[in-house]
Amino acid sequence: MEAFLEYRHIHKRFGDNHVLDGVSLTVMRGETMVILGGSGTGKSVLLKLTIGLLESDKGHILVEGNDVTSAREAEWMEVRKHVSYMFQWGALFDSMSVYDNVAFPLRERKLCDEAGVEGRVMEKLSLVGLEAAKDLSPSDLSGGMRKRVALARSIVMEPRCILYDEPTSGLDPITSDSINRLIKRMQSVLGVTSVVVTHDIQSMFRVADRVAFLHKGKMAFVGTPEEARSADHPMLRGFIEGREPNESES
Amino acid sequence: MDWRRMRIVGGVEYLGGLTLLARETARSAATSAWDWGDILYQLDLLGVQSFTIVLITAVFMGMVLALQTAYALSAFGAKLYVGGVVALSMTRELAPVLISLMVGGRVGAGITAEIGSMKVTEQIDALRALGANPVKKLVIPRLVAFVLALPVLVLLANALGILGGYFISSFSLQISGRFYITQVFKLLKFSDLISGMGKTVFFAAFITLIGCYNGMNAKGGADGVGRATTDTVVLSSIVVLISDFFLTKLFLAI
Repeated sequence: MEAFLEYRHIHKRFGDNHVLDGVSLTVMRGETMVILGGSGTGKSVLLKLTIGLLESDKGHILVEGNDVTSAREAEWMEVRKHVSYMFQWGALFDSMSVYDNVAFPLRERKLCDEAGVEGRVMEKLSLVGLEAAKDLSPSDLSGGMRKRVALARSIVMEPRCILYDEPTSGLDPITSDSINRLIKRMQSVLGVTSVVVTHDIQSMFRVADRVAFLHKGKMAFVGTPEEARSADHPMLRGFIEGREPNESES
Repeated sequence: MDWRRMRIVGGVEYLGGLTLLARETARSAATSAWDWGDILYQLDLLGVQSFTIVLITAVFMGMVLALQTAYALSAFGAKLYVGGVVALSMTRELAPVLISLMVGGRVGAGITAEIGSMKVTEQIDALRALGANPVKKLVIPRLVAFVLALPVLVLLANALGILGGYFISSFSLQISGRFYITQVFKLLKFSDLISGMGKTVFFAAFITLIGCYNGMNAKGGADGVGRATTDTVVLSSIVVLISDFFLTKLFLAI
C-alpha cells in the first residue's frame, strides 16, 4: 500500500499555544485512520492543515506524494477536489436547501449540467437516506440529519479521501452508529481513504484500521485498535477506559 | 506602555488585513465572472429595503433644514431664498453623509452579522473546502450592489429632502411653492449632484469592505459576532466622516 497523506514534523502555534509540536503521521491509501486526543490538542487543526484551511508554521504535508506545504490557493483548490472535509457541526449553508447544499460543489466547479447535478445529488442523498429531506432547510434538520447531509455534500465530488471532524459528536448512540456505518460504507463502496478525528472510543473501534493518539502536540501512539487497547501509554489508556490517569501515570 | 504598543500593532494589522481584502476583491472582481443573481438579491436587500430609512431621514432632514435656514436667513431679510440653500446643502453634503451613516449602519451591521455567523459556524471554511472563493461569493456581490445602490438612494434623498423643505416653505414659512422650486433650480448645478453622489461610491466601498472584513474575522460565538458588528458600525461611521473631508476637498478641486 502506498501513502495517501504524509505529515512530516508539523508545527503549528496560536500565539503562545504550541498546538502541534512536530507531528509526523502517514495515512495509507484506502485505510481509515482515527486520530484520538483530548479537546484542544490540535486534531481539527491537523485536518485543516491538510486542505489548506490553515497554514503550518513548519514541516511538510504530502498529499498523494505531492508536497503541498507552501501551495498557493489555486493549488489547494486542486487538492480539495480529491480531499473533502466533513465539518464538526456540518457547516451547512443556512441560506440554501439541503439539495442546494449538496449540489454546491458540483455547481461551483461546473462539472456537469443541471441534469447531471440532480442525478449525483439524489444518488448521494439516497446513500445517506435523506432523499425525502431535499427541500428542507438546514435549520429544519436534527443534528444527525445535518451530519448526514454534510457527509452527502462531502462525497458528492467523489473524493479519494474524506477528513471527518468529530463525525459523531453530540449524537445519540443509534445515530452515531448509523454515521459509523456510513463511514465504513464509504470505505467499502467508494474505496476512499479516511481520516477521522474523534473523542468517541466506540466509534474508533467501529471504523478504525489504525489509530493515532495526539498528546501534547505529538503523536504519542500509532497502531491498530487492538494495539491501542493494550498500549501502556497512560493517557491513551485513560482515554480508552474513560477515566482520568493518575498523576504518576500522566 | 505595552498595551499601547499592542493597540498600535493591532491597528496596523487591521489596516493591513483590510487592504489585502480590498486588493483581493479588486483582483477577483477583475478576473472572475460576477454572479448577477446574487448581486440582484443583494441590491434588494441592501438597497431597496433601505428605502424607508432614506425616506424618513431625508424628508425630516429637509424640513429641519428649511426651518433652520429660514431662521438664519431672516436676519438678513433673505428668507425667500431658503429653497436654494436647502437644495445645495442637501445635495452637496447632508444627504450623502447622513444617508451613508444611516444606511451604512444598517447595511454594515447586517453584512458583519451574516458573514460573522458564517465564520463562527465554519461556513466560510466550508466554502473554501468546497472549491469556492469566499471573496467572490460573499464580498463582490455585496460590494457591487451597495456601490450601485447608495448613490441612487442619495439621489432619492436629495429629492425627498428638497420636497420636505418645500412643505415647510409652503405651509410654515409662507413662501410660494413656485418661488421655492425656482430658487432650487437657479442655484443647483449638475456638478453639485455629481459631487455629492460621487462621494457615496467611496463611502459604499468603505462600509462594505469594513463589514465583510469584520465578519470574516469574527471570533468565538454570538459574543464575537456582536462585537464585530458593533465595531463595523463605529468604524464605518468614523471612516465616512473622515473620508468625507478629503473627498470633499478632492471633488472641489476637480
